Amino acid sequence: MRATDITDPNYFHKVVDCQWACPAHTPVPEYIRLIAHGRYSDAYMINWKSNVFPGILGRTCDRPCEPACRRTRVEDETVVGARKEPVAICRLKRVAADFKDDVSGLMPRAPEVSNGRKIACIGAGPASLTVARDLAVMGYEVTLFDQNPQLGGMIRTQIPHFRLPVSVIDEEMDYITSVGNIAFKQREVDSLKAVLAEDWDAIFVGTGAPRGRDLAIPGRDAAAANIHIGIDWLSSVSFGHVDTVGKKVIVLGGGNTAMDCCRTARRLGGETVKVIVRSGFEEMKASPWEKDDAMAEDIPILNFMTPKAFHVEDGRLVGMTFETVRAEYDEKGRRSLVPTGDPDPYVECDDVLVAIGQENAFPWIERDIGLEFDARWDMPVVDRVTLQSTHPKVFFGGDAAFGPENIIWAAAHGHDAAISIHKLLEGEDLKDRPAPLMDVVSQKMGIHEWSYDNDIRVDPRFKVPHRALEESLANLSAEVELGFDPVLAFKEAQRCLNCDIQTVFAPKLCIECDACVDICPMDSITFADNGEEQDLRLRLTAPALNADQDLYIGEGLPTGRVMVKDEDVCLHCGLCAERCPTGAWDMRKYFIEMTHAGQA
Amino acid sequence: MTYLTKPKLHHPALKRNDIGFTRRDYEGAVSTLCAGCGHDSISASIVQACFELSIEPHRVAKLSGIGCSSKAPTYFLGDSHGFNTVHGRMPSVLTGANLANRELIYMGVSGDGDSASIGLGQFAHLMRRGVNMTYIVMNNGVYGLTKGQFSATADKGSVAKRGAVNNDAGIDLASLAIIMGASFVARSFSGDKGQLTPLIKAAMSHPGAAILDVVSPCVAFNNHAGSTKSYDFVRDHNAAVNRLDLIVGAEPMEADVPPGGMIEVPQVDGSNLRLRRITPDYDPSDKAGALGFIQEKAALGEVATGLLYLEPLPRDLHGALNTIPTPLNQLAEQDLCPGQAALDAINASLR
Ligand SMILES: Cc1cc2nc3c(=O)[nH]c(=O)nc-3n(C[C@H](O)[C@H](O)[C@H](O)COP(=O)(O)OP(=O)(O)OC[C@H]3O[C@@H](n4cnc5c(N)ncnc54)[C@H](O)[C@@H]3O)c2cc1C
Ligand SMILES: Cc1ncc(C[n+]2csc(CCOP(=O)(O)OP(=O)(O)O)c2C)c(N)n1
Ligand code: SF4
Ligand code: SF4
Ligand code: SF4
Ligand SMILES: [Mg+2]
Repeated sequence: MRATDITDPNYFHKVVDCQWACPAHTPVPEYIRLIAHGRYSDAYMINWKSNVFPGILGRTCDRPCEPACRRTRVEDETVVGARKEPVAICRLKRVAADFKDDVSGLMPRAPEVSNGRKIACIGAGPASLTVARDLAVMGYEVTLFDQNPQLGGMIRTQIPHFRLPVSVIDEEMDYITSVGNIAFKQREVDSLKAVLAEDWDAIFVGTGAPRGRDLAIPGRDAAAANIHIGIDWLSSVSFGHVDTVGKKVIVLGGGNTAMDCCRTARRLGGETVKVIVRSGFEEMKASPWEKDDAMAEDIPILNFMTPKAFHVEDGRLVGMTFETVRAEYDEKGRRSLVPTGDPDPYVECDDVLVAIGQENAFPWIERDIGLEFDARWDMPVVDRVTLQSTHPKVFFGGDAAFGPENIIWAAAHGHDAAISIHKLLEGEDLKDRPAPLMDVVSQKMGIHEWSYDNDIRVDPRFKVPHRALEESLANLSAEVELGFDPVLAFKEAQRCLNCDIQTVFAPKLCIECDACVDICPMDSITFADNGEEQDLRLRLTAPALNADQDLYIGEGLPTGRVMVKDEDVCLHCGLCAERCPTGAWDMRKYFIEMTHAGQA
Repeated sequence: MTYLTKPKLHHPALKRNDIGFTRRDYEGAVSTLCAGCGHDSISASIVQACFELSIEPHRVAKLSGIGCSSKAPTYFLGDSHGFNTVHGRMPSVLTGANLANRELIYMGVSGDGDSASIGLGQFAHLMRRGVNMTYIVMNNGVYGLTKGQFSATADKGSVAKRGAVNNDAGIDLASLAIIMGASFVARSFSGDKGQLTPLIKAAMSHPGAAILDVVSPCVAFNNHAGSTKSYDFVRDHNAAVNRLDLIVGAEPMEADVPPGGMIEVPQVDGSNLRLRRITPDYDPSDKAGALGFIQEKAALGEVATGLLYLEPLPRDLHGALNTIPTPLNQLAEQDLCPGQAALDAINASLR
């Protein structure tokens, strides 16, 4: 293998598993250390720069970072049992938001004089808000349009308040508009052609995926009064138009919307609320913690049941029948659900909430304005990197771009679209993306002193305290999760392995004494004769079988061998550097941050 | 030294041996030796060897003298018996322990100062008595613990860190051990675990006096140009006679014979030591040949390593003394004082 090029910002970025997995590449370990030091405001600002909505995301994020976290690969089963759990990255973000001081003085402001460029954002959800913030800071004049009276998109209209209090939404919307140069107008856009005819330098479409899928099975029309489309029902609850539900409720669907529907139903008078899914429990789209939270509210989840018919008596919905199915997999591993032949179960109900998927809908975009749509999916053709449509002035992001995702993806798209818009108006090549900023600092302070806490904790993940069940169910907007207090937050933060403090190897200094090999608790280091990657991976002190994780190769040793470090399970404990007599190993902090519009 | 304890976490694929232990279970306290000290690598090899041999830690007794090397037993086999003797006296304490309890596996760990200077007499007598043990000398050519004075194994003409030249002849512990009657004599290098670990395994399985002279650079005081015990010097002047690949069962192995050829040496317990020849025609059972070869290499400024001498059918001290199989420390009073009648019988036999 060739020697590793550690000047490539992606090399060490990938080692920070959580940051690499985060769509907005939030510098996770840096903010976790700041939380451990009680520097909540600084931790908040690092988040705010990267993901714009730390208080919101700290309660609601889909957290792609957590399954990627190194701790899931290294925890000691004799301490944690079978559950090797990630650091509670998401809930620590909330800690920063909960305990920060007044940060308004730390927020950037739009320049006094604007640059005269005018941008329209259609839809005022997280994607548009991110575009607005990034561009306003640079002097752009941004106008947000939304059919709803307030900013926030689905953050405001869909996510139940027992998960996300309104005050948190209001606060973080304020931080964005306080930048200046951001106007909000309530307006339902019914023609993109019309908007194009207005005087905008660029248009960003962040209208989300607003349409909930329906279920056309027998009885649908007769029972219509008691069948509700999940996302519409949730927004009606949010706006106060709906405040009761029947005692017996069926929620169809296994995604996050279904979980919000069932928990909301429990709070509006639903006494027996059941979630019924076609797939198996394990394959449900909802995140595991959302399933846990629903089940903790006495909501059973019944699986492998396909809806067959709604039953109506005296003009009222009384129940549903289902077909029981099982999963079968073909040679290619594709699943099909086949009927088991068991008698069809019948489940009584007063109301049904249908949460079986969300779709995009662009009836307001004319198909003759030079903006190409994909014929098969009826989705606009959008570049994955630049987020530009085939109409050079029109950009898409968030759920509107590639279908329903989540808030953190919306923010990531927003950043990328802002870069593209700026490049477009500067006449630069949109494909030429700015490299991340990289700041490298050795952490060595003394012979055995490092400026980070390298003592590895074996504690299992700490649980976030919850409000008592009865109290939660009695109040629609009482937040269920109470958040970590500072003591718990400190303990949880200490579980982080500081994966951004990198092991950096200087072959020229190495005398091959093996001290690092011997001390490494994870058997990560080997001195070996070089070879092809496949072969080398099997010849290491411990075989490197996780091909997603790189091998770090150092060349130029006295014996002609190479130093091979498997990044997979390194604890970043720094013992290799402590035991190295020549300083060939050093622990260096790689602070890597995405370049946002205006920073390049 | 390192202040942190080594984290308990380990590689998810860490293996267990036949008796259910991982390699980590054979570790000791975190080392307080200088970072980069060869002794730590030898400790790691001992850990690996005991793991691979599936030795129960409580069956091992590690004894040592004084010196950085003699501190090393604290850093491996944390669950075994240990005894730090006075300087140079490990052999006599070990001999006593072995006589009292022949059931333990004895490992003596010493330095070149501990063994070749103050303890040379003890060293020689242990070898000639054939005490069943593994004697590991962590040989760095200096008194590391007392800040780097030349030891008795320093080669004539080698240069100290501050420039002083050694005018005295160096003692070659491997040659001395052969002459004194050790039945397993090997030399290795702390920087070559591939060679060292199998030799430790073989030595620990050998039922007689086994000595391993392991060149082990002192990074603090003897790892400079002009030293003949530095990492660079040993790498450049290592004349390996053979590699010990494995210890195999009695049945012949299907041969995957390397270019230099193979030697299989049958052992008392019925197993075979399988050696890959590196120096053609080197015969480790030829005592005089071994001594000659070591001298020839030394004259060229090279260090002969590998399994240098092996007496396939050794006798140990207990054999020579004809002691009973039961460890002496397990004998009860009636065994030790069999009564007047037995005494009378002995007295009568001597008249
Ligand atoms: C029930 C539910 C719960 C969810 N929970 C989570 C969660 O916990 N965590 C998470 O990360 N994600 C969650 N999501 C997904 C998340 O809300 C979305 O992925 C995210 O809000 C998408 O952001 P966006 O900026 O693309 O658009 P949206 O937030 O969808 O905002 C689009 C906005 O555009 C407006 N709009 C649409 N068309 C027009 C038009 N023609 N004219 C004017 N305005 C228009 C809409 O009114 C809306 O305000 C949830 C979604 C649902 C449905
Ligand atoms: C009776 C006695 N004499 C002298 C000393 C001082 N002393 C301590 S260690 C040592 C030499 C150790 O050298 P070596 O065995 O080579 O060990 P190293 O530190 O090099 O590993 C000496 C002379 C002592 N401790 N006791
Ligand atoms: S241990 Fe910390 S830095 Fe490493 S992946 Fe997990 S949260 Fe990120
Ligand atoms: S920091 Fe060094 S010693 Fe610690 S686990 Fe990683 S490679 Fe091993
Ligand atoms: S002084 Fe030399 S022998 Fe002693 S610990 Fe340091 S390097 Fe090892
Ligand atoms: Mg010494």
